[in-house]
Order: sequence, then C-alpha cells, then structure tokens
Amino acid sequence: MIASLLAEIPYWGESLLRVLGGLVAVLLPAGTIVYLFLFKMMSFMQSRLGPMEAGPYGSMQLFAEVGKWLQKEDIVPERADKFIFKIAPIVVLVSTFMLVAVVPFGPDAYFTNFETGVFYALAVSAISVLGILMAGWSSANKYSLLGGLRAAGQLIAYELPMVLAVMGVVIQAGTMNMQQIVVAQNGGSMFGFSGAGNPYVITQFIGFVVFMIAIQAELTQAPFDMPIAESELISGYMTEYSGFRFLIFFIGEFATAGVFAMIASVLFLGGWGVPFAWFGWTSIDDVSNWMNIVGPLILFTKMMLVVFVIMWIRFSYPRFREDQLQRFAWKILIPISLANIMVTAILKVVF
Amino acid sequence: MAKIPGLVKGLGVTFGTMVRTITKGADTVQYPHEKETPPIRARGVIALHLDNCTSCMLCSRSCPDWCIYIEAHKDLAPPRREGGKVRQVNKLDRFDIDYSLCMYCGICVDVCPFDALFWSPEYEYSEPNIGDLLHDKTKLSEWMETVPEAPALEVGADKKKK
Amino acid sequence: MTMTGDRLGNRQQLSYIAAQAADARVNLELETEGMTLNIGPQHPATHGTLRIIARLDGEQVVWAEPSCGYMHRGYEKLTEVRTYPQITSLVNRIDWLGSFANEVPFILAAEKLMNVEAPPRAQWIRTILFELSRIANVTLFLGDLGVQLGAITPVFLAFRDREYVLNLIESATGGRFHPNFDRIGGLKDDLPAGFIDETKAVMKKLRNFCDEIETLLFGNEIFQSRTRGIGIIPRDVALQYGLSGANLRASGVDWDLRRDQPNAMAWDKVNFKVWTHPDGDSFARCWVRLQETREATLIVDQLLDTIPSGPIMAKVPKIIKVPEGEAYVSTENPLGEMGYYVVSRGDLGPFRVKIRSASFNNISIAPWLLRGVYVPDIVTILASLYFILGDIDR
Repeated sequence: MIASLLAEIPYWGESLLRVLGGLVAVLLPAGTIVYLFLFKMMSFMQSRLGPMEAGPYGSMQLFAEVGKWLQKEDIVPERADKFIFKIAPIVVLVSTFMLVAVVPFGPDAYFTNFETGVFYALAVSAISVLGILMAGWSSANKYSLLGGLRAAGQLIAYELPMVLAVMGVVIQAGTMNMQQIVVAQNGGSMFGFSGAGNPYVITQFIGFVVFMIAIQAELTQAPFDMPIAESELISGYMTEYSGFRFLIFFIGEFATAGVFAMIASVLFLGGWGVPFAWFGWTSIDDVSNWMNIVGPLILFTKMMLVVFVIMWIRFSYPRFREDQLQRFAWKILIPISLANIMVTAILKVVF
Repeated sequence: MAKIPGLVKGLGVTFGTMVRTITKGADTVQYPHEKETPPIRARGVIALHLDNCTSCMLCSRSCPDWCIYIEAHKDLAPPRREGGKVRQVNKLDRFDIDYSLCMYCGICVDVCPFDALFWSPEYEYSEPNIGDLLHDKTKLSEWMETVPEAPALEVGADKKKK
Repeated sequence: MTMTGDRLGNRQQLSYIAAQAADARVNLELETEGMTLNIGPQHPATHGTLRIIARLDGEQVVWAEPSCGYMHRGYEKLTEVRTYPQITSLVNRIDWLGSFANEVPFILAAEKLMNVEAPPRAQWIRTILFELSRIANVTLFLGDLGVQLGAITPVFLAFRDREYVLNLIESATGGRFHPNFDRIGGLKDDLPAGFIDETKAVMKKLRNFCDEIETLLFGNEIFQSRTRGIGIIPRDVALQYGLSGANLRASGVDWDLRRDQPNAMAWDKVNFKVWTHPDGDSFARCWVRLQETREATLIVDQLLDTIPSGPIMAKVPKIIKVPEGEAYVSTENPLGEMGYYVVSRGDLGPFRVKIRSASFNNISIAPWLLRGVYVPDIVTILASLYFILGDIDR
C-alpha cells in the first residue's frame, strides 16, 4: 500500500518525506529519552521528583531547555580554530542521521534496504570519533584537549568489541541485511519451538552483553565517561561550547543513544516485529500492512527498554580510569567476543 | 550460594530507590507549593517587644557584626508615687536591625536583660532591594506576632528557669 | 618508601608501580614536553577554593603543589577583638559541615582557664551534638566521594539522610549549620521534648543509609579498582606530616583523641570501637570513615540511653572575664584533630587564639602523595583525604 502511495508522489515530495521521517526518527526518541530517563528516571533513583514546573509533571522541560540554550551567546574562543570548532558538533550529529537511515521500522517502512546494512552501520558509527577529536583539539583549551584525546582512544578501543559482538548475529542470521535479520528472528524458531520466534538475545547472550557494554562506551556514558569526567575536566571536549552548538552535542548524545538502542533491538531483540507464528505468517510478504504503523511503535518500546538499561547503569556506577578502560576492552571484551564468534560458527555448522 | 557481584547489588539499590519514589513519593518538598514548618527554636527573624526595651544598648554592643543601630534620648517621667522624685527614663527613638549583616548568632537575644528580643521561625522576608532588609522598630514589633511559645523541655531537664 | 598492606596484594601494587615507571620511560624517550595544569580555585573537584598547580608529563603528574589561601578570613586576627560569646558564634564557620564540633575545643579551653566544669548533663548533650555533627559531616563526604568518582546517585541519598540530622540539630539549637549552642560553663538551652525518640529513629535511618552506601559504592568493583592501591600513605610518613583523624587511622595508627583525652566530655562513659585499616590507600580512608559514621550512631544511642538529669549550666557570672593564663585543648573533630591555644590576659575576650586545624596538616601531604600519579587519581586522592577549605584557610 505504501509503495503504491509513494509511486504517486513526485520525487521531491518523496525526498521531503524521507527527510522529515529521518528527523522524527532521530529527534523524537532523543526527546523522549531526555525527558523520561534523564529528567524523571534519574530523579526517581535519587529520591526526588525532577522537573515539575514546566508543563504537567515537567513534560515541557525539554522545550524550556532548548529555548534557554538557543538564546545564549555564541562564544567562540579567540585562539580556537574557528572553522573546525564550528563544524565539529555537526559532524557528530551527522553520524547519527546516517545510522538511522539503515534501521528498518516496519516491513515496508525503511529508508534504505542495504544488503550490507550491518557493515554500513558499524562503519558510520565511527564518524562521531572524528567529530569529538575535532571539538577537543580546536577548542584551544588544555582540558578539552585531554578530553578529546581520551575520547578518541576510548571510542576506537571499543569499536572492536562492538564489531565482533555483531559478527555472531551475522553468522547466525546468515545475512548482513537488517531487514532480513529481523525476519530471521521473528520467523525463526528456537530449538523447534516457534512460539517466541528466535530472538538473538537468548542464543547470542554473550554477544548481547558485550554489545551493550560496547555501546555504553561508544556513547561515553558512565562507567565509561572519562572524556566528559565532570568532576575533573568540567565537560571534556564540550567545555568551550555554548548556545546552539552545545545543544547539538547534548541532543546528539541522546539521539545517538536512541539510535544505537534501535540497532541493538533490531539485531538482538527482534526489531519491529513480533514472532510471526502468533499471526500465522511465514515470510515477509505475508506480513499485514498495519504492521507498518505498529512496527515503529514496537521498535520504539524495545528501544526504550534498552535505553532504560543503559541509563540505569549510567546512574549507578562510578567511572573507570582511562587505562583500566582500555585494559577492559583489549584484554577482556575482545577475547570474549572472539570466543563467542568461534562457538557460534561451530554451532551453526553443526546444527 | 554464589556471591552476587557488588555491581549487581548496586543496581538493586538504585532500582529500589526508584520504585520507592514512584510508589511512596519523593523525599523532597516542592517548595512554593508545599512548605515545611521549621522547628520552634529555628532562628528565622528577631522580634522586638517594644514595651520591655530600656535602650540599655547591651545587644548593640555585643553584636559581632554591629548590625543593631539604637538611638535613644533621656526623658522625664512622672514619679511612681505621689510626692516622689521625677524619674529619668530612656525613650527609644530608633531600633534597627540590618538583616543584610546579621549572622543569626543570637547573642543579642541571649544578652538582653529585659527579655525584649525574641526569635521567630519566620524566614520568608527576602527583598529585591537590599536597603529594605533594614527592619525598623515598627517592623520588628510586627514580628512579635509570629514568636511561638518556647517548646517543652525533654525529660530530665531542670525545671528551674535561670 | 616502605610498603604497607599485604592484604592489597603485592602483585597489584607492583603492577601499578611498574605501569608508572613504564609511562615515565615512554615520556622520557619521546621527549614530551611537560604541561602545567592549574586545577584552579574554581573547580568542581576541590572542596572549595583550593588551587593545585600540577606539572604533567602525558597523563602523569611530575610535581604538584597546593596553593591555599583563597578563603582566608582572618580568624585569628578577628579573635583578638571579639569577646568569648562572639568568638563562639564565629568559630562555627571554620569547618562549616560539622560546625558544633568547632565550638567545643574553644569552650573547653576557656573553661580550663576559668577552672569551671560543665555539669554532667551538659557534657552528655555536648557529646551528643558533637557526634551528630560528625555524622552530618562524614555523610556528606560519603556522598561527595561518589560524585568525584563519577557515581551521581549517592550524593542525593547522602543529602536526603543528612537532612534528618540537620533537622535534629535545628530543633535543639535553632540553627541547622551554625548552632552556636555552647557556652562557657554549659549550654545555652536544654533539649526540646521528643528529642531522644526522634534521634533514635534518625540513627536507625542513618545506619540504613550506611548499608546502602556500602552496597552501592563500596561494594562496587569499579569503585574498588579506582581506590585500592591509590595514594598509599605509609605509617611513618603519616606521622611525620601530622595527619590526623581517619587519614591516620587508615594507615594503621591507633590514635583517637576521644578515647585517649576525653577532656570533660562524655566519651569515657561509652564503649566504642576505634576503626583502623592497615592499608593506607584511598579505599582504606573511605572505609574507615564509613565505619566511623556507623560507630557514631551507636555512640549517640548509648549516650541517649544514659543521659543524666540536672542543670545544663554551671555557676558562672553573667559577664565572663576569663582569668589570665594559657590553655590548649584539642578534640577528635570529624576532619581530624582540631585544637585551640587560647592566651588570656583577664579580659572579656582572649588576647590571642591559635587554631590548629586538621585539614591544613592533611593537605600538606599532597605534594609528596601526588608525585607520579595519573590525573584521574589526583581527584581520587584529594577526595579521600577529605579537607574543607574553611578549615585549611581559616
């Protein structure tokens, strides 16, 4: 149905719809995450109520914050490298938008359907490292430099466990196409029992845990938030930013959290679908069209669950020191994920 | 039973706090809408009982910040009995306490020999203009209405008052 | 430097030292230029306006020096022109978190000069309020420890439970932070009705809080790996630098002025344990303070059970003139050992007061301790040493 609708819209209309869809897909989760988890959940964990004044139960607080940041003076340090300073936040945000392009929201609701979706996603998530390094170095501030360098080291170190954890999923699904991975999970069966589909969170549990740790580090959330270690470096690479640019970093952090969580739910939790056996579907063409509306909602819910776990860990743990962080990545996570791949490959061949 | 790693137990503490806050309410007070009453002895503002003050200046002298300004003049009052001497009394002209300087130590209240100064737990008297924080004697006597009764003392306290 | 703490695992210690040495070698080979970092007066990590000038080589500190004085308020000069009651109210503000504890040694020194002893009920209540100040102070330390290391939740739990203690102090004295309750010869007022039951309930809540913090923070493996083996102060170095309080006890020295010099307070009437730890690293300092908080709640419970009845003020004249003489009294304050040396010439106010504050000596070990540590560890070490700027600069 959507395909026929789309056939009637001129190309520029279609592009406009895609752009709007992309903005909504990135900013709506970001806003919900900021309100629900950062303002409210953190407050409840700290025995207080959080923002209550702006709107009912503080729901308009995010808009108030956006307004506040927008009306601040845009300060660019005198000795900063102006061009790099100004485009660094945009580079960080661009990688988020590029990531969301490959996430499937429903059987027909997706932006693109790459055959190598997983490969593309992992590659593009590394662009934010560049943006952070640019921000830290161009700020002409010793604190920012320290933060930027720490961030670069940490993010590159944790790329590897992320990639290796996902490899297990790819081996089990037999494809790198995100849509096919969703279909394989929901249409498949686990030990002959097809009632619950085949969510890879159960068969690839170790991969799931490694992936969650790796995205915690990729998002520079505690316990891996050395780059933004508030009590030492104030804000690390974000120290010199004010006004709209800081807002882009802030929204970017939570938008990236949302998008990574979406990828995690697609790869491990079954994405936009429910097990096909519940409705008697056997392949993706059988899936009804209302799934295109309900699918994004299901994906949203699963994403919220994943973000809840990420944020829960963020609010509970102190942070690692940089060398302990690196040691954890190189000496513990990578061997575990390599072992996971080996076991998966052996089991795939045997069964 | 295997030892649960401390990491997991820590998560349990934060989760438990969250559940407790959602079900039983937070430990915070939403200030402008709900207000907590301070204890009876709380040092909020100093109230002046004009009738008792004899302008002995003891409070003004003992203030560590010198924030009490007193001006008085001597006046003649009629004798107590018929055919007695004419008395000389102090009439209070000005009794100001500058709350922008006051450090709420209470030495003036302790030192007053005539029980003219009292503590009141009122605390919401902040002004946008710092000059308005100088309370003159009319305002100080208005605070007298908010002075509570001294609380009952704990068991074992000496009943005799000093 | 002697190594203490076999419990720590020599392997862990040796690997830390080897890592530092390797880093230093790399820095030397690459001929990296040192960077001077100013952990400046305005900084979230330092408890106030402390400036630490550190010369870094990569991520290692080559040389560090604290530069204090940004909060100097001239207390000792102020005391020359104030009377005893006025000084009592000013002195609250030296260590503003455990403020009743600042008044006590000063009043005890003045009482020593006047040869007056407060009645037993006053001594009991003084000790109760002293221990309540200790609880208020160290509870904030436990919360702040989390923030320095990145855990943002414990600080809110700490403030929540500290409010109960501050409400208690306010119901008795009228002021939450600055009680100004001690007088030469006794106390200003007696306790309000219901204080004893309320305090017992609050002590129970605080013990729960200590358990919560132990699970949330101390049991956390990340916290342990951040603090164990960091900033080890051997026993003899601690004694040389004049450390006191929990810093000293965490290096294995069994030194507690409450037990050894009760000084006309009620500590010799209760049983309590003095907690020490053999390691001397940051974890030991934090752990000792946690145990001391629990112990303080138990002390308060014991005192409340045995409080005698009677007057709370001895027979002293209304206008107090302290006779000539000199006296030094020191007590086991929450931050360490605080002492007042009072010289009197028979006036309404002292001639000279010298304040020996605990944090000034505690921070003096910073240059020795901060050599060769990584930048994140600077924060850990300073947090575990626990000083208050008002106490350093006075």
